[in-house]
Amino acid sequence: MALIPKKHEMPIQGPLERTTNFCEVALGYTKEIAVAEAERCLNCKNRPCIEGCPVHIAIPDFIQEVKKGNFNEAYAIISKSSSLPAVCGRVCPQEKQCEAMCTLHTKLKVDGVGIGRIERFVADYHNENSTNSIVPPKSNSHKVAIIGSGPSGLTCAGDLQKQGFSVTIFEALHTPGGVLVYGIPEFRLPKSIVKKEIDNLKALGVEIKTNVVIGKTLTIDELFNMGYEAIYIASGAGLPKFMDIPGEGLKGVFSANEFLTRINLMKAYEDNSYTPIIKSKKVAVVGGGNVAMDAARSAKRLGSDVTIIYRRTFDELPARHEEIEHALEEGIKFNFLTNPIEIIGDENGNCIGIKCVKMELGSPDESGRKRPVVIENSEFTIDTDAVIMSLGTSPNPLIKNTTEGLSTTKWGGIMIDEDTGLSSRENVYAGGDAVTGAATVILAMGAGKKASQAISKKLLNKE
Amino acid sequence: MYKILNKKVLNNTVIEMEVFAPLVAEKAKPGQFIILRSHEDSERIPLTIAGYDIDKGTIKIIFQIVGASTLRLNELKEGDNIHDFVGPLGLPTHTEGIKKVCVVGGGVGCAIALPIAEEFHTLGANVTSIVGFRNKELVILEDEFKNASDTLIMMTDDGSYGEKGNVTIPLKNLLESGVKYDMVIAIGPLVMMKYVVETVRPFNIPVTVSMNPIMIDGTGMCGCCRLSLIKENKREMKFACVDGPDFNGYEVDFDEAIQRSKQYSDFERKAYDKECNLLAKGGKN
Repeated sequence: MALIPKKHEMPIQGPLERTTNFCEVALGYTKEIAVAEAERCLNCKNRPCIEGCPVHIAIPDFIQEVKKGNFNEAYAIISKSSSLPAVCGRVCPQEKQCEAMCTLHTKLKVDGVGIGRIERFVADYHNENSTNSIVPPKSNSHKVAIIGSGPSGLTCAGDLQKQGFSVTIFEALHTPGGVLVYGIPEFRLPKSIVKKEIDNLKALGVEIKTNVVIGKTLTIDELFNMGYEAIYIASGAGLPKFMDIPGEGLKGVFSANEFLTRINLMKAYEDNSYTPIIKSKKVAVVGGGNVAMDAARSAKRLGSDVTIIYRRTFDELPARHEEIEHALEEGIKFNFLTNPIEIIGDENGNCIGIKCVKMELGSPDESGRKRPVVIENSEFTIDTDAVIMSLGTSPNPLIKNTTEGLSTTKWGGIMIDEDTGLSSRENVYAGGDAVTGAATVILAMGAGKKASQAISKKLLNKE
Repeated sequence: MYKILNKKVLNNTVIEMEVFAPLVAEKAKPGQFIILRSHEDSERIPLTIAGYDIDKGTIKIIFQIVGASTLRLNELKEGDNIHDFVGPLGLPTHTEGIKKVCVVGGGVGCAIALPIAEEFHTLGANVTSIVGFRNKELVILEDEFKNASDTLIMMTDDGSYGEKGNVTIPLKNLLESGVKYDMVIAIGPLVMMKYVVETVRPFNIPVTVSMNPIMIDGTGMCGCCRLSLIKENKREMKFACVDGPDFNGYEVDFDEAIQRSKQYSDFERKAYDKECNLLAKGGKN
C-alpha cells in the first residue's frame, strides 16, 4: 500500500462559525477515517510509541483492533492503561509524545500515526454505543483517600478501585474534575465528556465528596484517623503567578485561572449565568502555553479582539500545536519577542493599556530554551482594556501548611520519590501539579498511575 | 446539601441563617469564612462566619440582601437546603497575647465583628465595641454585643439611636483620652476601615482589618481576591482567601481595594434588577 505522508485531517467547525460559540472545535474522526488512519500504522516490532506515552497505553494493539473495526476491543485495551481515554484523545500533546516516537515520523520523516485522534474516536464510540454495565470489583477492604478530582486524582482512583480498593476522592470545589472542568474550555473538552468519565468511575464504586478542602475542612492526619490507610495528594495548581509589575491590581487585569474559572466552571459565557464576566473590546493575554491559548480563544468567543504577548518566538510556544493553529485560524494576533513592563490605568482604576519592551533571543538557559533579552529603548504601548496573565501557577499552600513532616521544595512543590510518588510522610503519596507546578493532563495522569501502583504494592504486601 | 435549621430577619435587608454543616462547624474559628452557592446554578459567594456550634454542627451566617445572589439565598426558607457550602476558609483572627482590644464594626460588618468580640471576651480580654449603623432601623445584634463587651458604644449616622456620627468619632476620643489598646480591629465597609486606620495611625496602635474582596474558589486558585500591601514603599501582592482575610490595616492599599470591589457592579445591578422582576412576577421558585 502506498504510504500516506499526512495524518487524516479531523473535521472541524470552521473558524468563523466557531468563534461565535463555545461548542467543540474538533468534531472527531468518523468510523471510516479512523480505520483509514489506523491503516497507516506499520505495526512495527519495537513499538516506540508506547515509550512516548506517560501511561504506557498498548498503542499498536488498540490500533490493530481499529483496523479490524473492533472498536470495543480497542477501547478495552486503552482502558487497561488509561482511566480517561476520551479526555486524553483531546488534550494530550501527542505530537510531542507517542506520535513523535512513531516510526513513520522518526524513520520515514512523515506524519506519525494520528494516535490521539484514533484514541478519541474509540473513546467516543464506546461512550455512545457501549451497553456493558460497569460492575464494581470485589472489595479488598483497604481504604484510600485521594485529594483532588483532577486528572491525576481520577487516574489514581480508577486504577486502585479496579483492583478492589475502596477509594474516596475529596474535592474542594462543588463539581469534580479539577482542571478538566475549571480550566480547559468547553470548545476543547466538552464538560459532558468529563462528566461521563467521572460517572464511569462512580459506577466502579469510587466515592467523591465535593466541598471538602483538605488542609481546612479536614487535615491529612484526620484522614488517617478516619481509617484511610494511604493518601494520594493531587491537589493541583495553586496561586496564579503575576509578573510583579505596576498595575496588576487594576480592574480588567485577570489571572487566566480567574478568567477561565468564570467561563468554564461557572458558565459565565451563558446569557443567564449568575456569575459575571467582563466582555472587553480588546484583550491582551500574556503567556504562550495551553492556558494562554484557552484564555485567548475564550475571550475571542466573548467578542473581544485578542492579542497574545509572548516573550520568545513562535517556535518556542509551549502550547499544543493544534491549539496554536486553531488560535491563528480564529484571528488571534501574536506579539512575539515582547514582554510587559507595566499595565496602565485610567483615573478610575480601569486598565487601558499595557506597556511592553521588545526582546531578542540570547544564549540558551538551564531549560535549554534561548533566553529572551530586553532590547534597550524599545518601549511601546498596546491599547487594551483587559490583560489576562497566563504565566503558570505555584502549588497550593493549604496542605503543606497543615501537615507536619511533609517536605516541600523552596517554591512549595511537595517533594516525592520519583519512582513511587511517596512523600516524606509514610503512606502519603503525591503527584501532578501539586508536585511539578503547572504541567500537562497526561503527565498528571502518569503520576497518578505510578502512585496507584506504589500504594497497591504497599497496602497489599502489608497483609 | 446543607440544611437551613433556623432563619431570622435581623432588619429589613439583613438575614441570619443557621446552617447544618458539621465538618465546617468542627473547625471554624472567628475571622474565617465560608463559600456557598444557594442553588445549583448560583454564583459562589464568600460570607464570613458569624457564629458556630460544634455540638449542633451548625454555622451561622449573616448576610445583607444586596444583589441577585443574596436575593436568591433569601428565597430559601427554614428546612430548605443550600446547594453548596464549603469551609472554613482563610486564617482565623489573631487573638494571642491581646489583653485590651477595640472592635469596630460597621453595618452588616458587625455580624463578623461579633464573633471576634465574643472570642476576645471568652479569652478574658477587655473588649470595647464600637458599632455603627445608618439609622435605628438597621441596628442588629445589640444584645449580643452588650454581652460580649466591657464597653459598647452605639453610633448611628442620623443620630436616631445611640450617638450621632460615624464610628471614628468615639474611637478618636478614646484614643485621645489616653486609652491604650493592644489592637484595634475594624470590620465593615472598605471606606470605614480606611478611616479607622487613619484615625488610629497617630497613636501607634496595631490595626487589623478584615477584607472581603470578590472571590471564586476561595482556596488559593483563581487569584481574584488579590490585594496590595504596601510595605516601605514596596507593593506586595496577597490573596485574601489564603493569606487573609485579616491584614495589617496600615499596609492595605484601600484605594485599589475599593476600585477592585466595583469591578462587576454594572453586572450586579442588572442581575439584581432582573432577579427582582422575576420575583415580582413569581416566575421563579
